[in-house]
Amino acid sequence: MIEIRKIWHYFVRYIDGFLLIGIVALMSVGLTVLYSATGGNFSKVSHQVINISIALVVMWMVANIPLQQIKRLALPMYMMGLALLIAVALFGEINNGARRWLDIGITKIQPSELMKVAIPLMMAWYFDKHEITLRLRDYLGATLLLMLPVFLILKQPDLGTAILIATSGFYVLFLAGLSWRIIFGLLAIAAGSFPILWSIMHDYQRQRIMTLLDPSQDPLGAGYHTIQSSIAIGSGGVIGKGWQNGTQTQLDFLPEQSTDFIFAVFSEEFGLIGNTLLLLLYLIVIGRCLVITANASTQFTRLIAGSITLTFFTYIFVNMGMVSGILPVVGVPLPLISYGGTSMVTMLLGFGILMSIQTHPKLIKT
Amino acid sequence: MKHTVELRDHPAELRKFRLRLSISAGFVLIFFMLLYARFYYLQVAQQDHYHTLAEANRISILPIVPNRGLIYDRNGKILAQNYSAYALEIVPSKVVDIESTIDELATIIEITSTDRQRFKKLMKESKRFKSLPLKNRLTDVEIATFATNRYRFPGVEIKARVFRQYPEKEMVSHVIGYISRINDRDLELLEQNEELNNYRGSQYIGKIGIEQSYEKQLHGITGFEEVETDAAGRSIRVLSRTPPVSGNNLILSLDLGLQDAAEKAFGDRRGALVALDPNNGEVLAFISKPGYDNNLFIGGIDQENWNLLNNSIDRPLNNRALRGVYPPGSTFKPFMALAALELGKRTAEYSISDPGYFSLPGVDRRYRDWKPGGHGRVNLHKSLVVSCDTYYYALANDLGIDNIHSFIGQFGLGKKTGIDIEGEVFGLLPSAEWKMKQFKQKWYAGDTISVAIGQGYNLTTPLQLAFATMIIANNGKAYLPRLVKQIQNSQTGMIEEIPPKLLKKLNLKPHNLEIVKNALVDVTRPGGTAAKAAINAAYTFAGKTGTSQVIGIKQGERYNEKSINERHRDHAMFIAYAPAEDPKIALAVLIENTGTGGSTAAPVARQVFDYFLLGQQPDATIAQFSETVDNHAHEHL
Repeated sequence: MIEIRKIWHYFVRYIDGFLLIGIVALMSVGLTVLYSATGGNFSKVSHQVINISIALVVMWMVANIPLQQIKRLALPMYMMGLALLIAVALFGEINNGARRWLDIGITKIQPSELMKVAIPLMMAWYFDKHEITLRLRDYLGATLLLMLPVFLILKQPDLGTAILIATSGFYVLFLAGLSWRIIFGLLAIAAGSFPILWSIMHDYQRQRIMTLLDPSQDPLGAGYHTIQSSIAIGSGGVIGKGWQNGTQTQLDFLPEQSTDFIFAVFSEEFGLIGNTLLLLLYLIVIGRCLVITANASTQFTRLIAGSITLTFFTYIFVNMGMVSGILPVVGVPLPLISYGGTSMVTMLLGFGILMSIQTHPKLIKT
Repeated sequence: MKHTVELRDHPAELRKFRLRLSISAGFVLIFFMLLYARFYYLQVAQQDHYHTLAEANRISILPIVPNRGLIYDRNGKILAQNYSAYALEIVPSKVVDIESTIDELATIIEITSTDRQRFKKLMKESKRFKSLPLKNRLTDVEIATFATNRYRFPGVEIKARVFRQYPEKEMVSHVIGYISRINDRDLELLEQNEELNNYRGSQYIGKIGIEQSYEKQLHGITGFEEVETDAAGRSIRVLSRTPPVSGNNLILSLDLGLQDAAEKAFGDRRGALVALDPNNGEVLAFISKPGYDNNLFIGGIDQENWNLLNNSIDRPLNNRALRGVYPPGSTFKPFMALAALELGKRTAEYSISDPGYFSLPGVDRRYRDWKPGGHGRVNLHKSLVVSCDTYYYALANDLGIDNIHSFIGQFGLGKKTGIDIEGEVFGLLPSAEWKMKQFKQKWYAGDTISVAIGQGYNLTTPLQLAFATMIIANNGKAYLPRLVKQIQNSQTGMIEEIPPKLLKKLNLKPHNLEIVKNALVDVTRPGGTAAKAAINAAYTFAGKTGTSQVIGIKQGERYNEKSINERHRDHAMFIAYAPAEDPKIALAVLIENTGTGGSTAAPVARQVFDYFLLGQQPDATIAQFSETVDNHAHEHL
């Protein structure tokens, strides 16, 4: 018995139980909805179970690495990500008019996915290094580190990912204490530069913004997604139509039911009650992450934890916002619920870092 | 584990950080409340509105599946066609108890256990709202019976569907292949190639053969119908319609008559035959015996038939012409002879005295000729006509394996030819480098000796042999072998020729070619190993016999056909072209476990030529040869 306990202890030593339960609960919701969204396709569900298993192993491994070591990876990871993004710009594969994938022989990779982790790491590392003398110059340096990859991703073009990565970097800047004057100044500039942005946008991106303002303008084209998902959510009512009984879902009116629009399936079948519980579940996970962030002992760990937590929140907000029709359709999965391996692994990599921060000994009492 | 964390925490900084974090937490709450407000608006305030939208006025976009392109032989004979028929279909989500519904249906329409099994399998793979066939091809009586009982079966309907049919079944199954229901793997592939949209509504996809490799041409473009539907998903009226574009028709280079003649010449024997037009690489006949009824696979094959095909010792699903690998035996010799002349290792005049065996200098081991006692004086010409092994043992030793590999490699042996159906295998033309890679062993002089007569590590497919024969027949032109000759556009009816593709022109001296080709003609004349097959032929034909060993024979032992298990007997091979002076057809024949090339494979070639060049049906010549199969001691041709 003692032996088993020892092994068990060794196994869960660096796992944050509270966080893990929240994550697994959300994943279970995801699998349940996926089963319905695919019309009872068992092979797709089992495929997702494999994705989840891989992601959990990644999380466990990362949680076992002390942050000092992860910190050392920040610069090489960032450099590699940047190099790959440049490679994509030069030799990437064109799909649907966008150059996002890089064929490295064995498999195809999307370097912007790597950047989602590398950016907060790099910027936190940078601030940690310059901690003692934090001046405006340092913020400018950090902003440059952020804008370089964002610009490359914007050129692919992949507006959604570029915005999300820029946001995750902004969180680091904000938490590192960027002065309010600059924040408001930037907001003013952003508002002012919108016309310029509009002029360099691709047609389909403009289209999405236009249809956001008035989806009925183009009911069978760009507005189709939003209209159908709004109908799905709205017709779900308070108690929902019941599992596997959503007509919007089962009659294939909903687009991308198992990936980006899976929340509409959930909403249609489980109604407002389901939505409430799901939001609460997400809040609990975010709350736990915030507690871990507040207790982190160094500038580096604080910034990285804060950025991961807020980025997680951003994904949820952007996805639910676009599915319910208050944000444009940008192609962001619902974390821990949408079908897909890459985003699952990226998310759990982040949670692994949080767990490592929480569970590895802290020498400082705060 | 000891962690070194620097002590540089300033309380003020921490306070500032925590303030920022609290502000962030506040934002999270505000934004979640925003989302909640939106949900409340949609699901409570506007619920009626959206409920009505979901229930009543639906615009549904229904795919219209295009008709699949047809496949013809070169003379316009149909090889794959479509027909409309009625199918009994069930929408599982609309039926409460599927089992009992089927039981009840079985009382008015005959439903076999195969139908039930297939339906259950389909149900597992498909969405519950999809209409799935329980029984295809209803008869008029069955349709009438169901129509009068229809009220008893909600969720069961009769639908008009288009089915594929292969009228020639076994005869061209290995060329045409088949279509079958789209499975998860097909879907993944379609998604990768971004063709999924075009397959909305499609049930079938090409799985093998021409049906697979020309899927893009055959499938066509899916049309769409915008319809208004009621709550149950039934369409009320059509709003707009984009018609589908049918798939293009394929016209093969295959000659069905020739294919049939070759089939008849084979009889019940197993084997393969590939015939090419040496002037352009068109495949005139492509046989792999036995074939299989490809119609069985269309609706999803049932377990019983699958077991029959898959477990058969004759392996009918194996495409021998494309994927079967066999030692080329003595059909390898013409290429060795050309190598000798081209590389200056032999002249036409040079001759050896054949004692019936060959030994490497300083080694005792004897490499035996097939003819005990040998052939006497043998020059290059005679070495091909009587298929002398000793001549080639000595030649191989002089050439060396690397020369053999690089020279004969030019003829495409041990390489994929690039024919327009998938699944081709490489075979093997050995080299010192290959052996080192494969076995981490160096190449021995003895290895070269058996390669010389097409045994040893040598492995070729019948298609490769036909390809190589074509190159000799047309004096060095390597045309890409292809089955599809023309593509007919389904919209305009225009026929697009696919031009022959010259892969490369081998640089061979005409004089050397003439020496070898003259010898190949004499192979079919009195004194040659295929003389019997050419008796009274109205044209000259050139060829080379061969025997492909299935099991090795130990040093000092003799091959005795009668004492060996039938499946371990040698394969008979023959490569040939005709007419010799202006070749119109070049082929390779392989007949499994029937002994020597001269006695069984060459007569098949003769009958194919007779049909192709003279229009004679095989029955006319078949009797002539059936009695001539000699039961001599093993001829190692």
